[in-house]
Parts: sequence; structure tokens; C-alpha cells
Amino acid sequence: MISNLINRKISTLLKVQYSNMLEYRVEIALWAISGIIPFFMLNIWTTNNLNESINISDVLLSRYFLCAFFVRQFSVVWVVFSFEEDSLMGKVSPYLIQPLNPFFRYFAQHIAEQITRFPFALIIAFFFFIFNPESIWIPNLSTLLLSIVSTFLSFLIQFLIQSIVACLCFWTEKASSIERLLFIPTLFLSGLLAPVVSFPQYVKSWIYMTPFPYLIDFPANLLSGNETNIIGGLSMQILWIILLLPLFKKIWSEGTKKYTAMGS
Amino acid sequence: MNLRKYLNVYKKFLHTSLASELEYKTNILVDLITAILSLVGSIFLLSIFFQNNGYIGGWKFEQALIIQAIYTILNGITNTWFNPNLTEIVKHIREGTLDFVLLKPIDSQFFISLKKINPSGFLEIIIGFLLLFLCIKINQINLNLSFLTLSLITISCSICILYSLWFFISTTTIWFVKTWNAIEVLRSFLYIGRFPLNSFSFSLRIFFSIFIPIAFITTIPSEVFLGLSVLWKILLEVIVATIFLITSRKFWLFALRFYSSASS
Repeated sequence: MISNLINRKISTLLKVQYSNMLEYRVEIALWAISGIIPFFMLNIWTTNNLNESINISDVLLSRYFLCAFFVRQFSVVWVVFSFEEDSLMGKVSPYLIQPLNPFFRYFAQHIAEQITRFPFALIIAFFFFIFNPESIWIPNLSTLLLSIVSTFLSFLIQFLIQSIVACLCFWTEKASSIERLLFIPTLFLSGLLAPVVSFPQYVKSWIYMTPFPYLIDFPANLLSGNETNIIGGLSMQILWIILLLPLFKKIWSEGTKKYTAMGS
Repeated sequence: MNLRKYLNVYKKFLHTSLASELEYKTNILVDLITAILSLVGSIFLLSIFFQNNGYIGGWKFEQALIIQAIYTILNGITNTWFNPNLTEIVKHIREGTLDFVLLKPIDSQFFISLKKINPSGFLEIIIGFLLLFLCIKINQINLNLSFLTLSLITISCSICILYSLWFFISTTTIWFVKTWNAIEVLRSFLYIGRFPLNSFSFSLRIFFSIFIPIAFITTIPSEVFLGLSVLWKILLEVIVATIFLITSRKFWLFALRFYSSASS
């Protein structure tokens, strides 16, 4: 009975958000295009033969960056910006009365957006293969499934981190600037612009303790068939989720106590 | 059109927007840290590229730093003036408040391009200049009058091109209403400006010189600093900048004919 109700809630939320997202096809297509930075980076790597020094062949490197593009496409999170707007506009008040944590709403929004984005990402990948036909490969089913799982876990980590930052909206009006600050280490350390293997030793020695390499580098390595520690990576991802979830719950309950609607 | 009136109006703009932005003092601090971190991250990325190679696209590490410095200055200018104002256009058009701007006895492009200012961008400009001075020292560049004029000319041309690109995309809001993501696409393409143009493959170099003249924005001024630039390139940049400015102006006037306020 209860699980039935939850199922109905989830499917309704997803349906509503998916039809909402389909309204913004062009926006989502543009957004998919704005994620092509990994391809420019790949171009620098291969044009200057930089990959020779890190012992990755051209083909594997181009697969890596393609996978990094894919992982990034399906782990983009913008919950801070939605929540900040909603809380400044006073839309959070009605959400708080409903018997559903508003973050489920944002979560469904993200999932729906990913479904809408999927065809565009495929089209971009198609063009990538036209320009780099030698890098075509078909990952085997188990790798594919594992990398989908790890991409989803990466999305969850980022969603939790951003939700925690979003809850800071209860204390300060502009939480999005904190998110922009956090985005910088994510950009440079996650492996979106350069694979973590290529990092200098003094960074590699501590980076695997942080959540960053598990956001893009690990799932991308997994999918592209580069060498990686599958069990270690997955367990670190799960560990970070286990650490972040109670933190989010705590800050959410503290924040809602603190919450006063605009103008009160 | 009289200059003094516009200067006076601009002084008022500065005063009001500074007063409102300084309300968010911690925000400015967070933005400063963001700017510093993103510069550190980019230099880190560059150092990865250079760790086993002396040259990238014919540039040494110390020379490539100049590009970073110029990019940081230009990015600071974007964050100070272009970003806050031109995202405002989207709001004006969606809410129909562009009517009030058009009714004012003042040039509408002037008003919407300079109304707001974001003081945290200043700090980024300062950081950029500090790095630039450091680079001048490292690369032992002789400062003389002709060099200073040339670098001033090329940097102002870069600013004009950058402004026109931003303004161009924001103007399309009149037809498409939501162009937030188009701006994201521009931002991700501009990111290429952090690296010397020669480090990309031939086809991308053509793309970034003709379709989106990012090549002109940072590479040519940096070449001037290194004394590598040839006269025709500088002339070309002046011509491109003029064409961009005039076209963006014409395009704005053209687009205004299609403006039909909100919900009409």
C-alpha cells in the first residue's frame, strides 16, 4: 500500500517533469552543446602528442574524453539555482506544506532532463565518431551496466553536495555563488579537462581521498575501457553518498526550522 | 547625442548599482576566491600539458601564462559589465519591462549594456593585471611606447569583439525569449581562449578564427606582448572588431522592430 503510493508519486513527478522538459528541447540541445569542452581538450592532447608521456594511446584517450563528455552530460546538477530562485520567489512555502520533500521534485526534474538530453548527446557522439572513426568501440554489456551505475552514483554525489549548498539558502540569499566556488575544483580535478592519470604525483597522492575523481574520471575510465579499480571506485562513490546523505538530512531539518517566508 | 549627458548618466548607474551590489559583501569575497581558484586551476592544467613538453603549439610555459593573464582580465571585464547587464536583457524582454527602457530619452543600447556593474569582477581584473606584470618580468619584455599603444589597441579590440558576441546573443532573446543556454554555449567556447590558438588542430583553428573569433580575443594581444605579432594581424583585428561593433549595433536596431512587449 505505502510502496504503491510512493511509486505513484514517483511516476507522476517524472511524467510531469518530463513533459515540462520536452517543452524546452532547444534549450536542452544548447545545453548539451555547451558540454563539448572535453573534445577541445582532446584536440590539444592529440595535436601536441601529449598523450605519449602518460602512456595512453590516441584511441583510448579519445574514448576517454568521449566518455567524460557522456558522464558529464548525465551528471549535470543545477538544483542550487532552481532552489535559490524558488526560495527568493517564495515558491518554497507551498512546497513545504506538501507531504513530500521538495528535493524529490528537483530530483525528478533532473532525471527527466537527462532523458530529454539523451538523444542530443547521442547525436553529438555520432558526429564525434564521424571525425574520429578509429575510436569506435562497443563496450560489453557488463561494463556498460556498471558504468551506468557509476554515472548515476556520480550524479547522486553531486546532487547531494549541491542540495547541501542549496539548503544554505535558508541562511543566506545567494547560495549559488558558493556553488560556483565549489564548481572550480570539480572542473579541474574531476578529470573533465585532463584524465587524473596525467596529474602530477603531488596531486595524485591525495586526490583519491576526495570525491572529485569519482565524479567523471572513474565512470569515464570504466566506460572507455581504460585501466581502473572497479571495486575501489564504486565503494568510494557509495561511501561518499553514505557520508553526505545524513549531512543533507541534518542541514535540511535545521534549515526548515530557520525558514521564514519572504516578507515575514 | 551629447557626451556629457551620457557621462553623467553613467555616473548615476555606477552609484546605484555599486550601492546595491555592496549589500552582498560576503558574496564579493566568495567571488574573489572563485576567481583566484579558477586561475590556479587553469595554470595547473597548463602545467599538466607542459610537464613533459617544452612547447605547446610553439609556445613556452612562460609565454602561455600571458594568455592566461589576458584571459583573466577579459573574463573580469565580462563579469563586471557584460554578464550582469546582458542577462538583464533576458529579464527585460520576458517581463516586458524593455518598454520602459525604450521610452527613456536615452540610447537603449547604452542603457541596457551599462546599467549594472558587478564589483567582484574588478578583483578578477586586478588579479589578471598582477599576473600580467609578473609575466612581463619573467619574459623580460621591454616596455616602450609603441609596444604599449599596440597592446592597448589590441586589448580594446578584444573587448569590443567580446562585447559584440555577448550583445549579439542577448539580442536574439527578442525572438527566442530564453537564451540563457545560448550564453552558456558561448561561455564554453570562450574557454578556448585560455590556450594558444596554435595548440589546436588546423580545422579547429579555422573555426575559431572565422566563425567565432576567439583567436583574436586572446592570442593576438599575447603575441603583441611577446613581440611576435605581425602588422597585418593587428590590422585584421581592428577591422574585425569594427565590423563586429557595427553589426551588433545594426542587429539591435533591427531586432527592436520585432519587439512586441510581453503577452502581446
